[in-house]
Amino acid sequence: MITREGRAKALALRDRFEAAGAQVVEPPMLQSAELLLDLYGEDIRARAYVTSDALRGEQMLRPDFTVPVVQMHMAHGADPARYTYAGEVFRRQEDDPDRANEFLQVGFEVFDRADPAAADAEVFALMAEAVAGLNLRAATGDIGILTAAVNGLRTTEARRAALLRHIWRPRRFRALLDRFAGRTPVPASRKALLANPQPRLGSAPLIGLRTDDEIEARISALHADAAAKPISDGEMDLLDTLLNVRETVPFALSHLRDLTVDMPSISDAVEGLAARSDALVARGVDVDTLDFEASYGRTSMEYYDGFVFGFYAAGRADLPAVVSGGRYDALTRRLGGGAEIPAVGAVLRPGLMAELEAGA
Amino acid sequence: MIKLGVPSKGRLMEKTFDWFAAHGIRLSRTGSDREYAGAVTGIDGVSLVLLSAGEIPRELAAGRIHLGVTGTDLVQDKLPLWEQQVEPLEEMGFGEADLIVAVPQAWVDVDTLDDLDAAAAAFRATHGHRLRIATKYHRLVREFLRDAGVADYAIVDSQGATEGTVANETAEAIADITSSGETLRANHLKVLSDGLILRSQATLWRSRVADVADEDRAAMAEVLARLG
Repeated sequence: MITREGRAKALALRDRFEAAGAQVVEPPMLQSAELLLDLYGEDIRARAYVTSDALRGEQMLRPDFTVPVVQMHMAHGADPARYTYAGEVFRRQEDDPDRANEFLQVGFEVFDRADPAAADAEVFALMAEAVAGLNLRAATGDIGILTAAVNGLRTTEARRAALLRHIWRPRRFRALLDRFAGRTPVPASRKALLANPQPRLGSAPLIGLRTDDEIEARISALHADAAAKPISDGEMDLLDTLLNVRETVPFALSHLRDLTVDMPSISDAVEGLAARSDALVARGVDVDTLDFEASYGRTSMEYYDGFVFGFYAAGRADLPAVVSGGRYDALTRRLGGGAEIPAVGAVLRPGLMAELEAGA
Repeated sequence: MIKLGVPSKGRLMEKTFDWFAAHGIRLSRTGSDREYAGAVTGIDGVSLVLLSAGEIPRELAAGRIHLGVTGTDLVQDKLPLWEQQVEPLEEMGFGEADLIVAVPQAWVDVDTLDDLDAAAAAFRATHGHRLRIATKYHRLVREFLRDAGVADYAIVDSQGATEGTVANETAEAIADITSSGETLRANHLKVLSDGLILRSQATLWRSRVADVADEDRAAMAEVLARLG
Protein backbone atom coordinates (compact mmCIF):
# COMPACT_ATOMS: atom_id res chain seq x y z
CA MET A 1 0.00 0.00 0.00
CA ILE A 2 1.26 3.46 -0.86
CA THR A 3 1.17 5.72 2.19
CA ARG A 4 1.34 9.49 2.56
CA GLU A 5 4.68 9.07 4.34
CA GLY A 6 5.97 7.01 1.45
CA ARG A 7 4.85 9.55 -1.10
CA ALA A 8 6.37 12.46 0.84
CA LYS A 9 9.60 10.51 1.12
CA ALA A 10 9.58 9.81 -2.63
CA LEU A 11 9.31 13.49 -3.48
CA ALA A 12 12.00 14.43 -0.96
CA LEU A 13 14.34 11.87 -2.52
CA ARG A 14 13.61 13.12 -6.01
CA ASP A 15 14.41 16.67 -4.82
CA ARG A 16 17.66 15.36 -3.42
CA PHE A 17 18.59 13.77 -6.78
CA GLU A 18 17.57 16.92 -8.62
CA ALA A 19 19.91 18.88 -6.36
CA ALA A 20 22.63 16.37 -7.31
CA GLY A 21 22.29 17.49 -10.92
CA ALA A 22 19.46 15.43 -12.40
CA GLN A 23 16.63 16.67 -14.57
CA VAL A 24 13.15 15.65 -13.33
CA VAL A 25 11.20 13.55 -15.83
CA GLU A 26 7.67 12.08 -15.79
CA PRO A 27 7.55 8.96 -17.97
CA PRO A 28 4.09 7.69 -18.94
CA MET A 29 2.43 5.00 -16.86
CA LEU A 30 1.29 2.97 -19.87
CA GLN A 31 4.02 1.36 -21.95
CA SER A 32 3.91 -0.47 -25.26
CA ALA A 33 3.55 -4.15 -24.41
CA GLU A 34 5.17 -5.10 -27.70
CA LEU A 35 8.44 -3.39 -26.79
CA LEU A 36 8.58 -4.84 -23.28
CA LEU A 37 7.76 -8.32 -24.59
CA ASP A 38 10.45 -7.98 -27.20
CA LEU A 39 13.00 -7.00 -24.54
CA TYR A 40 12.10 -9.39 -21.75
CA GLY A 41 10.16 -12.20 -23.36
CA GLU A 42 7.14 -14.01 -22.06
CA ASP A 43 8.29 -13.74 -18.41
CA ILE A 44 7.28 -10.08 -18.37
CA ARG A 45 3.63 -11.17 -18.69
CA ALA A 46 3.97 -12.89 -15.32
CA ARG A 47 5.28 -9.63 -13.85
CA ALA A 48 3.33 -6.84 -15.54
CA TYR A 49 -0.35 -5.99 -15.82
CA VAL A 50 -1.53 -5.97 -19.41
CA THR A 51 -4.42 -3.95 -20.74
CA SER A 52 -5.42 -2.93 -24.25
CA ASP A 53 -7.44 -0.70 -26.50
CA ALA A 54 -8.37 -1.00 -30.15
CA LEU A 55 -6.13 1.93 -31.18
CA ARG A 56 -2.81 1.23 -29.46
CA GLY A 57 -3.15 -2.49 -28.90
CA GLU A 58 -1.66 -4.11 -25.82
CA GLN A 59 -0.29 -1.77 -23.18
CA MET A 60 1.45 -2.57 -19.92
CA LEU A 61 1.28 -0.68 -16.66
CA ARG A 62 4.94 0.25 -16.24
CA PRO A 63 6.80 -2.47 -14.34
CA ASP A 64 9.77 -0.08 -14.03
CA PHE A 65 11.02 3.29 -15.25
CA THR A 66 14.26 2.29 -16.91
CA VAL A 67 12.87 1.44 -20.34
CA PRO A 68 10.81 4.64 -20.80
CA VAL A 69 13.67 6.80 -19.50
CA VAL A 70 16.13 5.17 -21.92
CA GLN A 71 13.65 5.57 -24.78
CA MET A 72 13.17 9.23 -23.96
CA HIS A 73 16.88 9.83 -23.72
CA MET A 74 17.68 8.01 -26.97
CA ALA A 75 14.97 10.01 -28.76
CA HIS A 76 15.99 13.51 -27.70
CA GLY A 77 18.34 13.54 -24.72
CA ALA A 78 21.28 15.85 -24.13
CA ASP A 79 24.67 14.15 -23.93
CA PRO A 80 25.67 13.72 -21.13
CA ALA A 81 22.45 13.69 -19.12
CA ARG A 82 21.19 12.84 -15.64
CA TYR A 83 17.54 12.11 -14.85
CA THR A 84 15.44 11.55 -11.76
CA TYR A 85 11.82 10.47 -11.36
CA ALA A 86 9.37 9.30 -8.71
CA GLY A 87 6.15 7.40 -9.10
CA GLU A 88 4.21 4.16 -9.00
CA VAL A 89 5.27 0.94 -10.66
CA PHE A 90 3.03 -2.10 -10.94
CA ARG A 91 3.98 -5.74 -10.54
CA ARG A 92 1.61 -8.61 -11.05
CA GLN A 93 1.93 -11.14 -8.22
CA GLU A 94 0.99 -14.74 -8.83
CA ASP A 95 2.80 -16.59 -6.09
CA ASP A 96 3.09 -14.39 -3.04
CA PRO A 97 0.04 -12.45 -1.84
CA ASP A 98 2.23 -10.55 0.65
CA ARG A 99 4.29 -8.83 -2.04
CA ALA A 100 3.08 -5.42 -3.15
CA ASN A 101 1.61 -5.16 -6.64
CA GLU A 102 1.85 -1.37 -6.64
CA PHE A 103 4.63 0.62 -5.04
CA LEU A 104 6.71 3.77 -5.37
CA GLN A 105 10.11 3.96 -6.98
CA VAL A 106 12.54 6.88 -7.09
CA GLY A 107 15.38 6.65 -9.55
CA PHE A 108 18.53 8.33 -10.72
CA GLU A 109 19.97 7.52 -14.17
CA VAL A 110 23.25 8.72 -15.68
CA PHE A 111 24.00 8.77 -19.42
CA ASP A 112 27.64 9.76 -19.67
CA ARG A 113 30.43 8.63 -21.98
CA ALA A 114 33.28 10.34 -20.13
CA ASP A 115 34.21 8.05 -17.27
CA PRO A 116 32.12 4.90 -16.64
CA ALA A 117 33.88 4.08 -13.34
CA ALA A 118 33.15 7.56 -12.02
CA ALA A 119 29.50 7.34 -13.13
CA ASP A 120 29.13 3.93 -11.41
CA ALA A 121 30.57 5.39 -8.22
CA GLU A 122 28.41 8.52 -8.47
CA VAL A 123 25.18 6.47 -8.60
CA PHE A 124 26.27 4.05 -5.87
CA ALA A 125 27.42 6.82 -3.51
CA LEU A 126 24.25 8.83 -4.04
CA MET A 127 22.11 5.79 -3.17
CA ALA A 128 24.31 4.91 -0.17
CA GLU A 129 23.85 8.45 1.20
CA ALA A 130 20.09 8.33 0.60
CA VAL A 131 19.68 5.16 2.70
CA ALA A 132 22.35 5.96 5.33
CA GLY A 133 21.04 5.28 8.83
CA LEU A 134 18.80 2.39 7.79
CA ASN A 135 21.50 -0.18 8.54
CA LEU A 136 21.34 -1.79 5.11
CA ARG A 137 23.78 -4.34 3.69
CA ALA A 138 25.18 -3.53 0.26
CA ALA A 139 25.99 -6.22 -2.30
CA THR A 140 27.89 -5.57 -5.53
CA GLY A 141 28.86 -7.55 -8.58
CA ASP A 142 29.92 -7.15 -12.19
CA ILE A 143 28.21 -9.02 -15.03
CA GLY A 144 30.92 -7.71 -17.37
CA ILE A 145 33.61 -9.89 -15.74
CA LEU A 146 31.47 -12.99 -16.26
CA THR A 147 30.76 -12.04 -19.87
CA ALA A 148 34.46 -11.51 -20.51
CA ALA A 149 35.25 -14.91 -19.01
CA VAL A 150 32.72 -16.62 -21.29
CA ASN A 151 34.04 -14.72 -24.31
CA GLY A 152 37.52 -15.97 -23.46
CA LEU A 153 36.60 -19.67 -23.32
CA ARG A 154 38.58 -21.75 -25.81
CA THR A 155 35.59 -23.30 -27.51
CA THR A 156 33.37 -22.64 -30.52
CA GLU A 157 31.70 -19.31 -31.20
CA ALA A 158 28.30 -21.06 -31.13
CA ARG A 159 28.94 -22.42 -27.63
CA ARG A 160 30.08 -19.04 -26.34
CA ALA A 161 26.95 -17.43 -27.82
CA ALA A 162 24.70 -20.07 -26.20
CA LEU A 163 26.34 -19.46 -22.80
CA LEU A 164 26.11 -15.67 -23.11
CA ARG A 165 22.43 -15.95 -23.99
CA HIS A 166 21.78 -17.76 -20.70
CA ILE A 167 24.05 -15.81 -18.35
CA TRP A 168 20.91 -14.57 -16.56
CA ARG A 169 19.54 -18.11 -16.11
CA PRO A 170 22.18 -19.68 -13.84
CA ARG A 171 20.65 -23.18 -13.87
CA ARG A 172 20.42 -23.37 -17.64
CA PHE A 173 23.89 -21.80 -17.95
CA ARG A 174 25.30 -24.55 -15.73
CA ALA A 175 23.52 -27.30 -17.69
CA LEU A 176 24.94 -25.98 -20.97
CA LEU A 177 28.41 -25.62 -19.51
CA ASP A 178 28.34 -29.21 -18.21
CA ARG A 179 27.25 -30.46 -21.63
CA PHE A 180 29.94 -28.46 -23.43
CA ALA A 181 32.50 -29.90 -21.03
CA GLY A 182 31.32 -33.42 -21.79
CA ARG A 183 30.21 -33.91 -18.19
CA THR A 184 26.61 -34.82 -19.02
CA PRO A 185 25.77 -37.56 -21.51
CA VAL A 186 24.47 -36.67 -24.96
CA PRO A 187 20.68 -37.36 -25.04
CA ALA A 188 19.80 -40.59 -26.87
CA SER A 189 17.68 -38.76 -29.43
CA ARG A 190 20.62 -36.47 -30.28
CA LYS A 191 22.95 -39.46 -30.70
CA ALA A 192 20.46 -41.16 -33.01
CA LEU A 193 20.04 -38.00 -35.07
CA LEU A 194 23.80 -37.56 -35.47
CA ALA A 195 24.30 -41.22 -36.39
CA ASN A 196 21.62 -41.07 -39.08
CA PRO A 197 23.07 -40.04 -42.47
CA GLN A 198 19.61 -39.04 -43.74
CA PRO A 199 17.57 -37.99 -40.73
CA ARG A 200 14.96 -36.19 -42.82
CA LEU A 201 14.15 -39.24 -44.93
CA GLY A 202 10.58 -40.41 -44.39
CA SER A 203 9.73 -37.71 -41.89
CA ALA A 204 6.28 -36.16 -41.82
CA PRO A 205 5.33 -33.28 -44.12
CA LEU A 206 6.78 -29.98 -42.95
CA ILE A 207 4.20 -27.58 -41.53
CA GLY A 208 4.57 -24.08 -40.12
CA LEU A 209 6.97 -21.20 -40.68
CA ARG A 210 10.22 -22.93 -39.73
CA THR A 211 11.79 -23.96 -43.05
CA ASP A 212 13.77 -26.94 -44.35
CA ASP A 213 16.85 -24.74 -44.47
CA GLU A 214 16.50 -23.89 -40.79
CA ILE A 215 16.21 -27.56 -39.86
CA GLU A 216 19.24 -28.45 -42.03
CA ALA A 217 21.22 -25.57 -40.51
CA ARG A 218 20.52 -26.80 -36.99
CA ILE A 219 21.50 -30.37 -37.90
CA SER A 220 24.78 -29.04 -39.30
CA ALA A 221 25.30 -27.01 -36.16
CA LEU A 222 24.73 -30.13 -34.04
CA HIS A 223 27.31 -32.05 -36.09
CA ALA A 224 29.79 -29.20 -35.66
CA ASP A 225 29.09 -29.12 -31.93
CA ALA A 226 29.56 -32.89 -31.61
CA ALA A 227 32.93 -32.56 -33.35
CA ALA A 228 34.10 -29.75 -31.07
CA LYS A 229 36.46 -30.57 -28.24
CA PRO A 230 34.98 -30.40 -24.74
CA ILE A 231 35.76 -27.34 -22.65
CA SER A 232 38.78 -28.41 -20.59
CA ASP A 233 38.67 -29.25 -16.89
CA GLY A 234 41.18 -26.46 -16.35
CA GLU A 235 38.89 -23.86 -17.87
CA MET A 236 35.87 -25.25 -16.00
CA ASP A 237 37.78 -24.98 -12.70
CA LEU A 238 38.79 -21.41 -13.46
CA LEU A 239 35.20 -20.49 -14.27
CA ASP A 240 33.97 -22.09 -11.04
CA THR A 241 36.64 -20.26 -9.06
CA LEU A 242 35.52 -17.01 -10.68
CA LEU A 243 31.80 -17.66 -10.05
CA ASN A 244 32.55 -18.39 -6.39
CA VAL A 245 34.47 -15.18 -5.71
CA ARG A 246 32.64 -13.64 -2.78
CA GLU A 247 34.58 -11.33 -0.47
CA THR A 248 35.16 -7.66 0.25
CA VAL A 249 36.17 -5.54 -2.74
CA PRO A 250 39.95 -5.34 -2.05
CA PHE A 251 40.24 -9.11 -1.49
CA ALA A 252 38.00 -9.87 -4.47
CA LEU A 253 40.16 -7.62 -6.60
CA SER A 254 43.42 -9.30 -5.65
CA HIS A 255 41.79 -12.72 -6.09
CA LEU A 256 40.52 -11.77 -9.54
CA ARG A 257 43.89 -10.32 -10.53
CA ASP A 258 45.45 -13.66 -9.64
CA LEU A 259 42.89 -15.32 -11.90
CA THR A 260 43.83 -13.11 -14.86
CA VAL A 261 47.16 -14.95 -15.09
CA ASP A 262 45.25 -17.98 -16.36
CA MET A 263 42.23 -16.06 -17.69
CA PRO A 264 43.71 -13.12 -19.57
CA SER A 265 40.31 -12.43 -21.19
CA ILE A 266 38.99 -10.91 -17.97
CA SER A 267 41.92 -8.49 -17.47
CA ASP A 268 40.16 -5.40 -18.86
CA ALA A 269 36.98 -6.09 -16.91
CA VAL A 270 38.98 -6.64 -13.70
CA GLU A 271 40.85 -3.38 -14.23
CA GLY A 272 37.41 -1.80 -14.71
CA LEU A 273 36.51 -3.09 -11.24
CA ALA A 274 39.78 -1.61 -9.90
CA ALA A 275 38.97 1.77 -11.45
CA ARG A 276 35.46 1.62 -9.96
CA SER A 277 36.89 0.78 -6.56
CA ASP A 278 39.16 3.86 -6.75
CA ALA A 279 36.23 6.00 -7.86
CA LEU A 280 34.14 4.71 -4.96
CA VAL A 281 36.94 5.60 -2.52
CA ALA A 282 37.10 9.08 -4.06
CA ARG A 283 33.35 9.39 -3.34
CA GLY A 284 33.93 8.46 0.29
CA VAL A 285 32.65 4.87 0.10
CA ASP A 286 34.35 2.43 2.47
CA VAL A 287 35.27 -0.35 0.00
CA ASP A 288 37.14 -2.31 2.68
CA THR A 289 33.78 -3.43 4.09
CA LEU A 290 31.89 -3.55 0.77
CA ASP A 291 30.96 -7.05 -0.47
CA PHE A 292 31.64 -8.19 -4.01
CA GLU A 293 30.02 -11.37 -5.39
CA ALA A 294 30.94 -12.48 -8.89
CA SER A 295 27.55 -14.19 -9.32
CA TYR A 296 25.50 -11.28 -7.98
CA GLY A 297 22.75 -9.95 -10.22
CA ARG A 298 22.43 -12.97 -12.47
CA THR A 299 18.82 -13.66 -11.63
CA SER A 300 17.53 -10.13 -12.17
CA MET A 301 16.10 -8.65 -15.34
CA GLU A 302 18.45 -9.27 -18.18
CA TYR A 303 19.47 -5.74 -19.00
CA TYR A 304 22.28 -5.18 -16.53
CA ASP A 305 25.57 -5.96 -18.25
CA GLY A 306 28.26 -4.40 -16.04
CA PHE A 307 28.31 -3.09 -12.47
CA VAL A 308 25.32 -4.35 -10.43
CA PHE A 309 24.42 -3.56 -6.85
CA GLY A 310 21.67 -3.71 -4.24
CA PHE A 311 21.00 -2.63 -0.67
CA TYR A 312 19.13 -5.01 1.64
CA ALA A 313 17.67 -4.72 5.13
CA ALA A 314 19.84 -6.86 7.42
CA GLY A 315 17.84 -9.67 9.01
CA ARG A 316 14.80 -9.02 6.80
CA ALA A 317 15.10 -11.71 4.14
CA ASP A 318 11.35 -11.33 3.62
CA LEU A 319 11.81 -7.85 2.12
CA PRO A 320 12.94 -7.19 -1.45
CA ALA A 321 15.98 -4.99 -2.11
CA VAL A 322 15.51 -1.42 -0.89
CA VAL A 323 17.86 -0.18 -3.63
CA SER A 324 18.83 -1.93 -6.84
CA GLY A 325 20.84 -0.68 -9.75
CA GLY A 326 23.49 -1.24 -12.32
CA ARG A 327 24.94 -0.52 -15.71
CA TYR A 328 22.89 -1.21 -18.83
CA ASP A 329 24.91 -0.13 -21.87
CA ALA A 330 23.40 -2.94 -23.98
CA LEU A 331 19.86 -1.71 -23.34
CA THR A 332 20.69 1.70 -24.84
CA ARG A 333 22.00 -0.16 -27.89
CA ARG A 334 18.77 -2.18 -28.18
CA LEU A 335 16.57 0.90 -27.87
CA GLY A 336 18.89 3.34 -29.62
CA GLY A 337 18.27 2.31 -33.22
CA GLY A 338 21.98 2.24 -34.02
CA ALA A 339 23.00 4.76 -31.38
CA GLU A 340 24.29 3.80 -27.95
CA ILE A 341 25.55 5.48 -24.81
CA PRO A 342 27.01 4.08 -21.60
CA ALA A 343 24.32 4.25 -18.92
CA VAL A 344 24.05 3.43 -15.24
CA GLY A 345 21.24 3.98 -12.77
CA ALA A 346 19.44 2.80 -9.68
CA VAL A 347 16.01 2.86 -8.09
CA LEU A 348 15.02 2.88 -4.47
CA ARG A 349 11.75 2.10 -2.72
CA PRO A 350 10.65 4.95 -0.44
CA GLY A 351 7.76 2.87 0.92
CA LEU A 352 10.16 0.26 2.28
CA MET A 353 12.40 3.01 3.64
CA ALA A 354 9.47 4.58 5.50
CA GLU A 355 8.49 1.14 6.84
CA LEU A 356 12.04 0.45 8.05
CA GLU A 357 12.31 3.90 9.63
CA ALA A 358 9.01 3.39 11.47
CA GLY A 359 10.16 -0.03 12.72
CA ALA A 360 13.60 1.20 13.79
CA MET B 1 -27.75 -26.28 0.87
CA ILE B 2 -24.39 -27.76 -0.12
CA LYS B 3 -23.72 -26.65 -3.68
CA LEU B 4 -22.08 -29.16 -5.99
CA GLY B 5 -20.70 -27.81 -9.29
CA VAL B 6 -20.60 -30.27 -12.20
CA PRO B 7 -19.66 -29.84 -15.90
CA SER B 8 -22.83 -28.97 -17.76
CA LYS B 9 -22.47 -31.11 -20.86
CA GLY B 10 -20.85 -33.91 -22.76
CA ARG B 11 -19.01 -37.02 -21.67
CA LEU B 12 -17.54 -35.29 -18.66
CA MET B 13 -21.06 -34.65 -17.32
CA GLU B 14 -22.27 -38.17 -18.03
CA LYS B 15 -19.23 -39.79 -16.43
CA THR B 16 -19.59 -37.50 -13.42
CA PHE B 17 -23.24 -38.52 -13.05
CA ASP B 18 -22.21 -42.21 -13.27
CA TRP B 19 -19.46 -41.74 -10.69
CA PHE B 20 -21.81 -40.13 -8.17
CA ALA B 21 -24.48 -42.80 -8.88
CA ALA B 22 -21.91 -45.46 -7.93
CA HIS B 23 -21.65 -43.64 -4.58
CA GLY B 24 -25.42 -43.61 -4.11
CA ILE B 25 -25.94 -40.00 -5.14
CA ARG B 26 -28.16 -39.52 -8.21
CA LEU B 27 -27.56 -36.40 -10.27
CA SER B 28 -29.78 -35.52 -13.22
CA ARG B 29 -30.62 -32.67 -15.50
CA THR B 30 -34.18 -31.49 -15.27
CA GLY B 31 -36.46 -29.70 -17.69
CA SER B 32 -35.60 -29.49 -21.35
CA ASP B 33 -32.24 -30.49 -22.84
CA ARG B 34 -31.33 -26.85 -23.21
CA GLU B 35 -32.10 -25.81 -19.66
CA TYR B 36 -29.13 -25.93 -17.27
CA ALA B 37 -31.05 -27.03 -14.19
CA GLY B 38 -30.38 -30.18 -12.22
CA ALA B 39 -31.68 -32.33 -9.41
CA VAL B 40 -30.05 -34.45 -6.71
CA THR B 41 -31.73 -37.52 -5.24
CA GLY B 42 -30.52 -40.13 -2.80
CA ILE B 43 -29.12 -37.54 -0.39
CA ASP B 44 -30.64 -34.51 1.35
CA GLY B 45 -29.31 -30.99 1.51
CA VAL B 46 -27.26 -31.02 -1.72
CA SER B 47 -28.08 -28.96 -4.80
CA LEU B 48 -26.62 -29.33 -8.28
CA VAL B 49 -25.07 -26.38 -10.14
CA LEU B 50 -24.30 -27.05 -13.81
CA LEU B 51 -21.35 -25.01 -15.07
CA SER B 52 -18.71 -24.99 -17.76
CA ALA B 53 -15.73 -27.06 -16.52
CA GLY B 54 -13.51 -24.02 -17.06
CA GLU B 55 -15.55 -21.91 -14.63
CA ILE B 56 -15.62 -24.44 -11.81
CA PRO B 57 -12.14 -23.51 -10.41
CA ARG B 58 -13.15 -19.85 -10.15
CA GLU B 59 -16.48 -20.67 -8.47
CA LEU B 60 -14.71 -22.92 -5.92
CA ALA B 61 -12.11 -20.22 -5.20
CA ALA B 62 -14.86 -17.61 -4.78
CA GLY B 63 -16.70 -19.92 -2.36
CA ARG B 64 -19.89 -19.83 -4.44
CA ILE B 65 -19.91 -23.64 -4.62
CA HIS B 66 -18.77 -26.02 -1.88
CA LEU B 67 -17.80 -28.97 -4.07
CA GLY B 68 -16.92 -29.13 -7.74
CA VAL B 69 -15.77 -31.52 -10.44
CA THR B 70 -13.11 -30.37 -12.88
CA GLY B 71 -9.66 -31.28 -14.19
CA THR B 72 -6.37 -30.80 -12.35
CA ASP B 73 -5.13 -28.85 -15.38
CA LEU B 74 -7.82 -26.19 -15.09
CA VAL B 75 -7.41 -25.80 -11.31
CA GLN B 76 -3.64 -25.42 -11.51
CA ASP B 77 -3.72 -23.01 -14.45
CA LYS B 78 -6.53 -20.77 -13.24
CA LEU B 79 -5.84 -20.63 -9.50
CA PRO B 80 -2.53 -19.27 -8.22
CA LEU B 81 -1.65 -20.92 -4.89
CA TRP B 82 -4.43 -23.38 -5.62
CA GLU B 83 -3.64 -25.52 -2.56
CA GLN B 84 -4.81 -22.69 -0.35
CA GLN B 85 -8.12 -22.30 -2.14
CA VAL B 86 -9.24 -25.82 -2.96
CA GLU B 87 -8.61 -29.31 -1.64
CA PRO B 88 -8.70 -32.41 -3.87
CA LEU B 89 -11.06 -35.00 -2.35
CA GLU B 90 -11.16 -37.81 -4.92
CA GLU B 91 -9.53 -38.53 -8.25
CA MET B 92 -12.41 -39.84 -10.31
CA GLY B 93 -10.59 -42.09 -12.79
CA PHE B 94 -11.78 -40.49 -16.02
CA GLY B 95 -11.10 -37.38 -18.09
CA GLU B 96 -7.43 -38.36 -18.12
CA ALA B 97 -5.29 -36.03 -20.18
CA ASP B 98 -1.69 -34.87 -20.27
CA LEU B 99 -0.73 -31.27 -20.80
CA ILE B 100 2.25 -31.46 -23.16
CA VAL B 101 4.47 -29.39 -25.46
CA ALA B 102 4.41 -30.52 -29.09
CA VAL B 103 6.28 -29.45 -32.24
CA PRO B 104 6.03 -30.49 -35.91
CA GLN B 105 7.09 -34.11 -36.52
CA ALA B 106 9.27 -32.84 -39.35
CA TRP B 107 11.50 -31.07 -36.81
CA VAL B 108 13.82 -34.07 -36.57
CA ASP B 109 16.38 -31.87 -34.81
CA VAL B 110 14.04 -31.05 -31.90
CA ASP B 111 13.31 -33.73 -29.30
CA THR B 112 13.93 -32.04 -25.93
CA LEU B 113 13.29 -28.67 -24.28
CA ASP B 114 17.00 -27.93 -24.80
CA ASP B 115 16.47 -28.42 -28.52
CA LEU B 116 13.38 -26.24 -28.44
CA ASP B 117 15.35 -23.45 -26.75
CA ALA B 118 18.14 -23.63 -29.33
CA ALA B 119 15.64 -23.75 -32.20
CA ALA B 120 13.82 -20.75 -30.70
CA ALA B 121 17.04 -18.70 -30.59
CA ALA B 122 17.79 -19.46 -34.25
CA PHE B 123 14.16 -18.93 -35.26
CA ARG B 124 14.07 -15.49 -33.68
CA ALA B 125 17.31 -14.48 -35.40
CA THR B 126 15.96 -15.66 -38.78
CA HIS B 127 12.36 -14.47 -38.61
CA GLY B 128 12.66 -11.39 -36.42
CA HIS B 129 10.05 -12.55 -33.94
CA ARG B 130 9.93 -15.07 -31.15
CA LEU B 131 8.93 -18.68 -31.69
CA ARG B 132 5.19 -18.77 -30.95
CA ILE B 133 3.59 -21.43 -28.78
CA ALA B 134 -0.20 -21.69 -28.99
CA THR B 135 -2.03 -22.65 -25.80
CA LYS B 136 -4.86 -21.82 -23.48
CA TYR B 137 -2.81 -22.82 -20.42
CA HIS B 138 -0.77 -19.61 -20.25
CA ARG B 139 0.42 -19.75 -16.68
CA LEU B 140 1.33 -23.45 -16.50
CA VAL B 141 3.19 -23.31 -19.81
CA ARG B 142 5.08 -20.14 -18.91
CA GLU B 143 6.17 -21.53 -15.53
CA PHE B 144 7.18 -24.84 -17.08
CA LEU B 145 9.28 -23.20 -19.78
CA ARG B 146 10.84 -20.76 -17.32
CA ASP B 147 11.92 -23.64 -15.07
CA ALA B 148 13.40 -25.39 -18.10
CA GLY B 149 15.29 -22.23 -19.12
CA VAL B 150 13.61 -21.90 -22.51
CA ALA B 151 13.89 -18.34 -23.88
CA ASP B 152 12.94 -16.51 -27.08
CA TYR B 153 9.40 -17.88 -27.24
CA ALA B 154 6.05 -16.12 -27.05
CA ILE B 155 2.71 -17.54 -25.97
CA VAL B 156 -0.20 -16.95 -28.32
CA ASP B 157 -3.68 -17.58 -27.03
CA SER B 158 -5.62 -20.47 -28.54
CA GLN B 159 -8.93 -21.48 -27.01
CA GLY B 160 -9.68 -24.30 -29.44
CA ALA B 161 -8.39 -26.29 -32.43
CA THR B 162 -4.91 -25.62 -31.05
CA GLU B 163 -3.38 -28.53 -33.03
CA GLY B 164 -4.23 -26.68 -36.24
CA THR B 165 -2.36 -23.47 -35.41
CA VAL B 166 1.02 -24.67 -36.72
CA ALA B 167 -0.32 -25.64 -40.15
CA ASN B 168 -2.19 -22.33 -40.20
CA GLU B 169 1.09 -20.55 -39.43
CA THR B 170 -0.23 -18.71 -36.40
CA ALA B 171 2.18 -20.63 -34.14
CA GLU B 172 5.32 -22.79 -34.45
CA ALA B 173 4.58 -25.13 -31.53
CA ILE B 174 1.70 -25.89 -29.19
CA ALA B 175 1.00 -26.79 -25.57
CA ASP B 176 -2.29 -28.59 -25.11
CA ILE B 177 -3.97 -31.53 -23.42
CA THR B 178 -3.94 -34.88 -25.14
CA SER B 179 -5.22 -38.28 -24.11
CA SER B 180 -4.35 -40.69 -26.93
CA GLY B 181 -2.14 -38.44 -29.06
CA GLU B 182 -4.20 -39.21 -32.18
CA THR B 183 -5.13 -35.60 -32.89
CA LEU B 184 -1.48 -34.63 -32.56
CA ARG B 185 -0.36 -37.29 -35.04
CA ALA B 186 -3.15 -36.40 -37.46
CA ASN B 187 -1.85 -32.83 -37.40
CA HIS B 188 1.80 -33.89 -37.95
CA LEU B 189 2.86 -32.96 -34.43
CA LYS B 190 4.96 -34.85 -31.87
CA VAL B 191 5.37 -34.51 -28.11
CA LEU B 192 8.81 -33.48 -26.82
CA SER B 193 10.39 -36.33 -24.86
CA ASP B 194 10.63 -34.13 -21.74
CA GLY B 195 7.58 -32.04 -22.65
CA LEU B 196 5.07 -33.37 -20.11
CA ILE B 197 3.83 -30.39 -18.09
CA LEU B 198 1.08 -32.02 -16.06
CA ARG B 199 -0.99 -35.20 -15.79
CA SER B 200 -4.61 -34.32 -15.30
CA GLN B 201 -7.86 -36.16 -14.57
CA ALA B 202 -11.36 -35.30 -13.46
CA THR B 203 -11.18 -34.64 -9.72
CA LEU B 204 -13.71 -33.79 -7.04
CA TRP B 205 -12.59 -30.66 -5.20
CA ARG B 206 -13.73 -29.01 -2.00
CA SER B 207 -13.57 -25.26 -1.66
CA ARG B 208 -11.45 -24.15 1.29
CA VAL B 209 -13.16 -20.77 1.38
CA ALA B 210 -16.89 -21.57 1.01
CA ASP B 211 -18.77 -21.16 4.29
CA VAL B 212 -20.74 -24.18 5.42
CA ALA B 213 -23.80 -23.03 7.38
CA ASP B 214 -24.56 -24.87 10.62
CA GLU B 215 -27.68 -26.50 9.17
CA ASP B 216 -25.59 -27.80 6.22
CA ARG B 217 -22.85 -29.50 8.23
CA ALA B 218 -24.73 -32.78 8.44
CA ALA B 219 -25.23 -32.82 4.66
CA MET B 220 -21.53 -32.14 4.01
CA ALA B 221 -20.52 -34.88 6.45
CA GLU B 222 -22.93 -37.28 4.72
CA VAL B 223 -21.48 -36.49 1.26
CA LEU B 224 -17.93 -37.06 2.52
CA ALA B 225 -18.96 -40.31 4.23
CA ARG B 226 -20.54 -41.62 1.00
CA LEU B 227 -17.42 -40.87 -0.99
CA GLY B 228 -14.97 -42.26 1.55
